[in-house]
Amino acid sequence: MTRLFAQAQNPIVRWEYFIDEWDQIQRALIEHLQLTMYAVIIGLVVSAGLSAIALRYRWALTPINGFTAFLYTIPSVALFGILVPYFGLSRLSAVLPLAAYTLLILVTNIVAGFNSVSSEVREAAIGMGMTPARRVLHVELPLAMPYIVTGLRIAVVSTVGLVTVAAIIGQGGLGGLILDGLRRAFWTPMTIGAVLSILLALALDGLILVAGRWLTPWEQRRKTAM
Amino acid sequence: MRDRSEIRTTQTAEANSQHPAKGRTIGSIAIKLDKVSKQFEATSAPAVASLNLDIEEGSIVVLIGPSGCGKTTTLRMINRLIEPTSGRIEINGEDVTQRPVADLRREIGYVIQQVGLFPHQTIAANIATVPKMLGWEKARIADRIEELADLVGLESSLLERYPDELSGGQQQRVGVARALAADPPVLLMDEPFGAVDPIVRTRLQDELLELQARVGKTIVLVTHDIDEALKVADRIALLNVGGILEQYSRPDELLAEPANGFVEEFVGEDRSVKRLQLRTVADLPFRRGPVVAATDGVAAARKVMAEYSSEWVGVTAEDVFLGWVRVDDLQTEAPLDALPRSVPAAQVQPESTLRNAMQIIMTSHSSVAVIDDGGRFGGVVTLELIRASLEEETDR
Repeated sequence: MTRLFAQAQNPIVRWEYFIDEWDQIQRALIEHLQLTMYAVIIGLVVSAGLSAIALRYRWALTPINGFTAFLYTIPSVALFGILVPYFGLSRLSAVLPLAAYTLLILVTNIVAGFNSVSSEVREAAIGMGMTPARRVLHVELPLAMPYIVTGLRIAVVSTVGLVTVAAIIGQGGLGGLILDGLRRAFWTPMTIGAVLSILLALALDGLILVAGRWLTPWEQRRKTAM
Repeated sequence: MRDRSEIRTTQTAEANSQHPAKGRTIGSIAIKLDKVSKQFEATSAPAVASLNLDIEEGSIVVLIGPSGCGKTTTLRMINRLIEPTSGRIEINGEDVTQRPVADLRREIGYVIQQVGLFPHQTIAANIATVPKMLGWEKARIADRIEELADLVGLESSLLERYPDELSGGQQQRVGVARALAADPPVLLMDEPFGAVDPIVRTRLQDELLELQARVGKTIVLVTHDIDEALKVADRIALLNVGGILEQYSRPDELLAEPANGFVEEFVGEDRSVKRLQLRTVADLPFRRGPVVAATDGVAAARKVMAEYSSEWVGVTAEDVFLGWVRVDDLQTEAPLDALPRSVPAAQVQPESTLRNAMQIIMTSHSSVAVIDDGGRFGGVVTLELIRASLEEETDR
């Protein structure tokens, strides 16, 4: 009897929680989105720089790959913990590790993208008198775009998942709901947090996919032609 | 350098009727290579050693030679994709190193074997590359794209497609259109037809010559195909390993008077046959052959046959060749054009190459081909005439 009651007390989702805690859910969702975006944008900027170095100086590729892979191996819980003494329980302590985790994926894909530009296309561009900046911007970047978009999708999806872990330093977005649920053995916030995190990942993934297609019309034409 | 104009005066204009671009009277030197050398590494042998080359304005010069002869290196030094180790390259008297490299390249059309079209841009955008960089107005660019598509034989419906949607031959045409977009005086072509199949290659070569007849650019073309060189070149620069110039002369001269054993070996054992490729039926002296008009009557026919010691006589009616009549079929009572014409006439056109004419004669039953000059009888071609033509002066 008590057990049955306990179960009834703690179903997977209590719908009234939605209404009562809507503000908190909304805040968590926005925070989650912000953390993801900050992390990926910082990751993208740093990756662009690292990729430029790796593409310009071939010898630099191996150490850069080694470094980003090393960052990737550090357990996230540890990395969040390491930064807290320096930046406190701040948003920065959450974003920096999240950004660091995107580097391996983004650098790998950006470098692969630029390397996918065929030598004859590059030679034609130079031979026609394109300046290096114009060549990179008008020819190489668009051609590398499919790879970059793929990298971005993986980075975003994995970051959305990782953000929840940042809840342990009080910055977890939807992870906060999950942690709250775990602490209180209360299913509802846990489920809501997890499901919304999954939905957010899927939505962002789809968004980038569509944006990528819009950016690379020639790729779509090629696929339909085949 | 040999005075070309002097040679020209001895020739007939129609000798070059096949390709009007070839043989155009050419004036000044457009590109001058003066003791140009390239050594990629200080310790290695030079890729190009002290090369002198004068390229006349409006001519097609082909650089050819075995691999390692520095032909591509030489080409790429002209638009400074490779910087020479020493020496001087001038375009229209101006040292190429004195100009900002991007500006220089925008004034030199560049076509490469794999074409190198930008896969992410439409054909129109590809063609517009250099005009855009030069800051042309949109309307002017659009007009120019249409004009170029027409010039290289591209349907305008292809302009909004992407390069991957085009065939190899079409892509190569776009490559040429793109190179010509800003109307550069000089066009560099690095094995431009190397990546397409032989049939398309032949067509593209013909198109290049037709195009050249219209635009009259100074073209430097690299190839490893001697037949291509013989076909398209006004002059051929045959290079040996290490960028040593073995011979620099007109195709016919290269075949007729190879400078040394290397040249002889490079052009191949069938030099004479190759020379036949360079001449047309129109180049031969006119020979009427054992041919009479139907109205001349049987007596005239017999006389002509005796003259040529031929067992056949050709019959024409109103200057149209009807066919060959056997001596046995000559009957005094029948008019000539009513007699059985037992052998169909093998026909060639004035613009057919002698090689082609030879092929036709050898597979015909009559050992002779009749020249069909726009439907009219234009004389006959025999193997003897073809052979004799090879003994003439090399000057065309």
